[in-house]
Amino acid sequence: MSELYSEKLIEHFRNPKNAGEIKDADVRVTVGNPVCGDVMTFTMKVRREKDKEIIEDIKFKTFGCAAAIASSDILAELAKGKTIEEAKTLSYKDIVRELGGLPPVKVHCTQMAVDGLKKLIEEYERKKKRNHC
Amino acid sequence: MDKRKVYLDNNSTTPLDPRVLDVMFPFLKEKWGNPNNIHVWGREAREAVETARENIKRMINCRDGNVYFTSGGTESNNWALKGIAFANIDKGKHIITTKIEHKCVLNTCKWLEKQGFEVTYLNVDREGFIDFDELEDALRKDTILVSIMLANNEIGTLEPVREACELVKDKSNAYFHTDACQAIGKMEVDVESLGVDLMTISAHKFYGPKGIGALFIRNGVKIDPLLHGGGQEKNMRSGTENVAGIVGMGKAAELVMKELDADKEKLRRFQKMIIEEILEKVKRTHLNGPSDLEKRLPGNVNFSVEGVEGESIVMMLDDYGIAVSTGSACSSKQLIPSHVLMAIGLKPEVAHGSVRISAGRFNTDEDIAYFLEVFPGVISKLRSISPLWQG
Repeated sequence: MSELYSEKLIEHFRNPKNAGEIKDADVRVTVGNPVCGDVMTFTMKVRREKDKEIIEDIKFKTFGCAAAIASSDILAELAKGKTIEEAKTLSYKDIVRELGGLPPVKVHCTQMAVDGLKKLIEEYERKKKRNHC
Repeated sequence: MDKRKVYLDNNSTTPLDPRVLDVMFPFLKEKWGNPNNIHVWGREAREAVETARENIKRMINCRDGNVYFTSGGTESNNWALKGIAFANIDKGKHIITTKIEHKCVLNTCKWLEKQGFEVTYLNVDREGFIDFDELEDALRKDTILVSIMLANNEIGTLEPVREACELVKDKSNAYFHTDACQAIGKMEVDVESLGVDLMTISAHKFYGPKGIGALFIRNGVKIDPLLHGGGQEKNMRSGTENVAGIVGMGKAAELVMKELDADKEKLRRFQKMIIEEILEKVKRTHLNGPSDLEKRLPGNVNFSVEGVEGESIVMMLDDYGIAVSTGSACSSKQLIPSHVLMAIGLKPEVAHGSVRISAGRFNTDEDIAYFLEVFPGVISKLRSISPLWQG
C-alpha cells in the first residue's frame, strides 16, 4: 500500500475513458451521498448472446476525489465484456490491484464503485424478473 | 518545453527565499559550533543566534519581552497553552479559544481538558469572526488564558485581536495569546499595538526554513517551559539551538521588514483579481471568509465550487502545474471536512467543494493570469463528469 496515488490512478483520473451516460441504458443507479463527499452514478447496457448476458457498456458520473473518479473508470473497464455472472465476482481488491495500490484511507472509494456495480446487477435482475411476469 | 509551474499554496508553506538559504549555508557547513560554548566556534554561533533574535524582535516590535526559539508553530502553540495552563493552575483552570484555531491549538486544548482544564470554544460568524459579547460572557474569574488567532489559515479571517485583547485585559486577569503564523510576512504584526502577552511565529510561513519558530513572551508572564533540559533559551526552552534555522529565520525577518509593503500591495492585488474574476467566470462559486478584503489575510482566497469535490480540483490543477489546497474531507486523513468550514456554517456537501488559493512573494502577474486561464476549464471538465451538476 502506498501513501501516494499511483501514476495509473492519476492517468485514469485525468483521462477517464468511461465517463458520461449511456442514453439507452438498461439500468441506472446511484451510490454514495453528497454529505459524505462521494456520489457515483452508473448506467449499464447488457446484450444477450445465446444464453449469455454480457455487459456491453458501463458509464459513470462521479462527484468525489481523484481516487473515486479513477475507481469508477476502472470498474467500468473491468466489468465491460464480462457476463453478469462473471461481473458478480468482482471485488474492491481487483480495482486496487488494477490501480497499482492505493492509500489505505482511499480504499472505501473502490468499495463504493463495486457497490455501484452490485446495485446495477441487482437492478438489472429485478427488471428482468418484472418483465418476465 | 518544461511544464509551467505555479505555486499558489503559500498558506501551507512559502518557498525558501534564496537570500535566506545563502545566509544559512555557512552555519551548516563550516560554522557548526554550539552557541552554548564559550570558545570561538561557540561565540560565532551565539552571535548569529542573537542577531537573528534581534531582527525578529524588531519585526514584531517587541520592546517588553523576548522571543524564544522553538521547532515551529506547533511547538510554540503547545508551549503557550500548556505552559500557561500549568504555571497558573492556582489562579484557575479555564481557557477560552475559538472553533477555527489551527489543529495544534484545538488538539492541545482537547488534551488539556483531559488533564482537568475547562475550555470554552467560541463560535464564529459566517465570515469567521468572533463575537465580542460571546467572548465577554465566556470570561470568568478562573479564566487564565484566552487564545485567538490573528489570521485564519483557511479562510483568511483577520480576527480583531487588538480589541479582543483589550476586552480581556479590561474584564479579567487572563493572559492573551495569539497564533500569528499566517499573518507574519503578509501584514504588519506589532505586539505592542496588539497588546498580547504571547504570540506564536513560524519561519516557513514567511519564506524561512521549516523546523524553526518562536514564541514571544511578554515580561512578567508566568509560564512553565514545555521542554526541560540543559537550560538553553534562558531556561525557557532546552535543547541545543537550531542555529542554521535561527539564522535563516532572522534573515527572513529582515527581509519582511524591508519588503512587506511591496509584498502586501502585490498580494492584495492578486487576491482581488482572483476573487473578482473567478466569481464572474465560474458560475455557482462562492467566496468563503471575509468579503471585505481589509479584514482578510492578503493573498488568501477560498472558494466553494458547487458540483465538484475539492481534492479532484487540486489534482486536476496539479496536472497543469498549479498548486492549491482544499478543505474537503477526501483530502484529510480523518475523512471529515475542515472544522473551519463547518464552524462558518457550510453544509458538508459545500465544504467538500472548497479550494484555497494563496499567493506569496514570488508569484508574478503571469502566474495569476495562467491560473485564471486554467481554473474555469478544470471546473467545467470536473462538472461534466459530476452527477451533482446539471449544467
